[in-house]
Amino acid sequence: MAERSFAKEVQKLRLGAGETFRGEGILAITKALLENGVGYVGGYQGAPISHLMDVLADGQEILEELGVHFEANASEAAAAATLAASVHYPIRGAVTFKGPVGVNVASDALANLSSGGVTGGALVIVGEDYGEGSSIMQERSHAFAMKSQLWVLDPRPNLPSITTAVGQGFELSEASNTPVMMMLRIRGCHVYGSFTAKDNVRPPFSVRDAMENPSRDSERIVLPPYSYVHEKEKIDKRLPAAIDYIRKNKLNEFFGDTDATVGIVLQGGMYNSVVRSLQRLGLADIYGDTKVPLYVLNVTYPLIDAEFLEFCEGKNAVLVVEEGQPDHIEQAFGAMLHKAGAKTKLVGKGPFPMAGEYTGAVMMDGIRAFFEAHAPEWLPSQGRAPNAPPPSQIAQDLSTVVPIRPPGFCTGCPERPVFAATKLVEQELGPHHIASDIGCHLFSINQPFEIGGTTMGFGLGPASAAAFNDKKSKRRTISFLGDGGFWHNGLTSSFGNAVFNKNDNVIVVVDNYYSAATGGQDVLSSRADNKSKSTKHPIAKAVKGIGVEWVRQIDRTYDVGKLRDTLKEALTTTAQGPKVIVASSECMLNRQRRERPAMNKAIKEGRRVLKPRFGVDEDICTGDHACMRLSGCPSLSVKTLDDPLRDDPVASIDQSCVGCGNCGEVADAAVLCPSFYQAEVVHNPTAKDRWAERLRRTVTRWLQRRRETSRLCFGE
Amino acid sequence: MTIETLPGLPERSDDATASIIKLAILAVGGQGGGVLTDWITAVAERNGYCAQSTSVAGVAQRTGATIYYVEMAPDTGRAPVFALSPSAGDVDIMIAAEMMEAGRSIQRGFCTPDRTVLIASSHRVLAVSEKIVPGDGRADTDRVWQAARDASHKLVCFDMEKLAIENGSVISASLFGALAGSGALPFDRTSFEDTVKASGRGVEASLRAFSAAYDRAVQGDIPAAVDAKTESKGNVSGSSKLMIQWRTLEDRIATLPPPVRAMAELGLRKVVDFQDIAYGAAYLDRLDKAVAMDSADHGFAFSIEAAKYIANAMVYDDIVRVADLKTRSTRETRLRREQGVPDTGIVQVTEYFHPRMEEICGLLPARLGRWMENHPAVFGWFDRRVNKGRRIRTDRLTGFCMLWIVAGLRRWRRGMRRHEVETAHLDDWFTLALAEAKQDYALGVEILKCRRLIKGYSDTYDRGHSKFQRVLSGLPVLRGRGDAADWLRRLRDAALSDEKGDALGGALKTIATL
Repeated sequence: MAERSFAKEVQKLRLGAGETFRGEGILAITKALLENGVGYVGGYQGAPISHLMDVLADGQEILEELGVHFEANASEAAAAATLAASVHYPIRGAVTFKGPVGVNVASDALANLSSGGVTGGALVIVGEDYGEGSSIMQERSHAFAMKSQLWVLDPRPNLPSITTAVGQGFELSEASNTPVMMMLRIRGCHVYGSFTAKDNVRPPFSVRDAMENPSRDSERIVLPPYSYVHEKEKIDKRLPAAIDYIRKNKLNEFFGDTDATVGIVLQGGMYNSVVRSLQRLGLADIYGDTKVPLYVLNVTYPLIDAEFLEFCEGKNAVLVVEEGQPDHIEQAFGAMLHKAGAKTKLVGKGPFPMAGEYTGAVMMDGIRAFFEAHAPEWLPSQGRAPNAPPPSQIAQDLSTVVPIRPPGFCTGCPERPVFAATKLVEQELGPHHIASDIGCHLFSINQPFEIGGTTMGFGLGPASAAAFNDKKSKRRTISFLGDGGFWHNGLTSSFGNAVFNKNDNVIVVVDNYYSAATGGQDVLSSRADNKSKSTKHPIAKAVKGIGVEWVRQIDRTYDVGKLRDTLKEALTTTAQGPKVIVASSECMLNRQRRERPAMNKAIKEGRRVLKPRFGVDEDICTGDHACMRLSGCPSLSVKTLDDPLRDDPVASIDQSCVGCGNCGEVADAAVLCPSFYQAEVVHNPTAKDRWAERLRRTVTRWLQRRRETSRLCFGE
Repeated sequence: MTIETLPGLPERSDDATASIIKLAILAVGGQGGGVLTDWITAVAERNGYCAQSTSVAGVAQRTGATIYYVEMAPDTGRAPVFALSPSAGDVDIMIAAEMMEAGRSIQRGFCTPDRTVLIASSHRVLAVSEKIVPGDGRADTDRVWQAARDASHKLVCFDMEKLAIENGSVISASLFGALAGSGALPFDRTSFEDTVKASGRGVEASLRAFSAAYDRAVQGDIPAAVDAKTESKGNVSGSSKLMIQWRTLEDRIATLPPPVRAMAELGLRKVVDFQDIAYGAAYLDRLDKAVAMDSADHGFAFSIEAAKYIANAMVYDDIVRVADLKTRSTRETRLRREQGVPDTGIVQVTEYFHPRMEEICGLLPARLGRWMENHPAVFGWFDRRVNKGRRIRTDRLTGFCMLWIVAGLRRWRRGMRRHEVETAHLDDWFTLALAEAKQDYALGVEILKCRRLIKGYSDTYDRGHSKFQRVLSGLPVLRGRGDAADWLRRLRDAALSDEKGDALGGALKTIATL
């Protein structure tokens, strides 16, 4: 069950010609795929295109009606390999994943696909996660496209442009027998807007047609002598065909006056930001109408010499707006101008920073600097001498006050106790080398746990500790990976690797029943019933199957004591080979989404329900915050007591507590204070409950009164 | 609540985006920023505007800071080119769903005095880094509030989280209400409410929260509530015999210098509540020693701190006290209030205990306890049997009665090993403070304050004790220096800033070089 349900929104996929579609970018892309007769879609989740996978999953009924196959791939590599269906058959196919990490994983398949080329249109929709808030290394997928020769679309980030680009991408792919990468930046994926829909089109040639009428062509296979033939074909046939298509169909766009002496070349995805700067400088109106010549690269690879040189004609200076590094596009343009002997000055990195996101402020500064240097007369007086108030001292003063707020484990997260247990083990046995992996569990590197030293890639946690394989070492390493990473890559790359190399270290699989970090998509070991997918394949069984002998399955991660003891055993046992602990409990976000409505319904229907929540006895808590150093739960916070005798704030649990039990378990395992209690409210009590309550009250109140009459009582 | 407005500034003529309203939302993941964003675009469209929203929430941003961005302009039939992210100095409306996020918006330049209407909830969602400090690590909200006033054109700031909870809703609803009430968007109240109605889920509660926040935002500047510390001390009650004895103690308080009385009264209540009248008398005896050497010249600072920390030292946390607190009728009342359970409701309560032999030993008669501590083999044998987690259901009679009986051991407390240890420690510390205060008054006060370091249970308690010792180990170097008190305060602050005492270690090294 995905985190966000698109069950309602996917009905928009049924809109017909002329109707207005309103919604998010990713949903619009799905609609465009259907309008363009796509035959199959696949992909692997990950921000920013996770929701695209969720839309496809929720829209399966509509896809089936049209005869479109949807494949929730096991990894980006599997997704890219799926495009092989378009090699011999005239079927349009699209897959999606995030870049550049997904592209890295998919690289083998993408390179083979690019070499042999395609018959049907093959579209790789890549969600670029560049800039602030990104959870991955900052790289460009552009370089990959250049070396394998895939064309790159980078459409303007509005729904009409993005949806048009989908159709153009298929046509370009077919015209040049080359797969096409469509780049979407994170905000473009999540942009809300509208476009005019067209009718959906059934694929003229479906996957079923292909299966029933197989065909093959040895020349499309990467093996001598064809591999070398492909290399020449790429340059002699496919590139010219692509350039021809791009020019004829005007994929790149021109705006503004043609005869100005300066101009701006930009990636399509940068268009809104460039126009915003021009608007603020008084050089464009709110609809984007401007006198400044703009050459918008909706196709950023291949670049077209003739188009660019034509644009530069008569211009003294041209600004290249290209986000990220290396500056592939600027370098290519520089070479073009140089070879053509042109006098136009090329400006790009310089006014713009080489690394980092082109935020609104960066863009504004870069463009203003360009005009100041090369066309100051264009700038209004205010633009030349900005009249804005100087950056205030206020913001600087706050830098020591405002705490950073990195993402962390949710309230009730079942992974929290795993790391609490690890911290307790380290307190006892000393620090260990700990390898981390991708997923929610990576939040363990932040406060309060601060556990883990490296993260090398999805499913590669244990593999990244492979070098530490010395039988004489007195201390073992601990590696973490999640169930998502396990099925993505971990089983072979990490577990197979460890078994084969006789690794003695400890591996913890944090199993929360979902690919939780990307929004709760099901994986093989998910315990939910999934109509269209096969689930409930235990990780422990897979691990044993691959040859691990020491496996411990823990089915309630909140049992901190048991986790701590198991981990200790794994670190100290004399057993040979990898020691694997599968720590399983359901992701609390997903669990609450399922259970909360069911619980509320049960309460409404008058059934007996226990609703748990934790609390802290404020007069027992001494305000040392040891519990928080083993938790970090958002619902466990501190409050000030109205008591001048107390210096420090005490622990306090707010309304959002879901009663997971971690606080109590940690207090027990770490021997913290006895101030935690669990309160379970009995909804719709039975007659027996009420009878027991009456008895309890009679006795306890008598005892309390007895004691209270023998001492002084101080009212609160 | 705060509403601050600066006089209007002249519109900038060159900027073509004057007709575009730019609105950013900074929230903590999980606060419902997405719902709020959807409402805002919907209310814009309902009023004939084109609107575009974006987010970089990402699905993995969980409890981290998230940002949403909306732009809107009157629909003229042609689509405007909107930006996808906010720019520093170019935001008209900034909504911060938490006070530090308001601070962050100012830091990032999204809140500027020439144009920005800042709508901020004054409540705090503490960051992990604030919570894990052994002392008080919370950020200074006042400084952010001050900055918010300075950095915004208009500020609408009150606790929107509380308002939402009071109305059975979530903060997105009250933020939407505050936005409507701020008048920053040129739309009428009905269209906001219709938007909420059209969105479908939890409509009634959302509208209640919306309405409450709208009214607060419209009311304008209300003087901050006068500090509600009315010094209302709870009533003292008991048998007439006990009350007579209590009066004699209160009479003793009345003889103390006026500045000391309030704290002494609180301390006295705490120690009598912990043990009995005689214990209260012992408390006042100790306090008298402090007063005897104190004078009005120093404002009786030493005596006030003594009143506070002697009480805290005398009220140590043993099993008896925990059992006592857990079985009181006031505890049940508070539990029900905090958990929202009416008096007629039924609630099951599980207590989490983990007594070790150390705690059990503390309950034994002093001599036996001491003997036990000196015989590790015996101690260990018992510890293996005692030292484990125990979950006790205090809503059941067996669990309750067990704790009730343990609480009843109070009358023998003075003979217990723990009492012996605590009293010895207290006397050492207090004697030291008295002695030092005679030489260096301020240093004596600081020594008293070091008592703050001792808190917690088991390992934390031990660590507290060790920090206490380490801080006081700086005394020989500091004695006689003019800034000795200040250095001791710095050592204490360092000890409270992290768990392991790394900062304290650094500070001690610095001292050694003095």
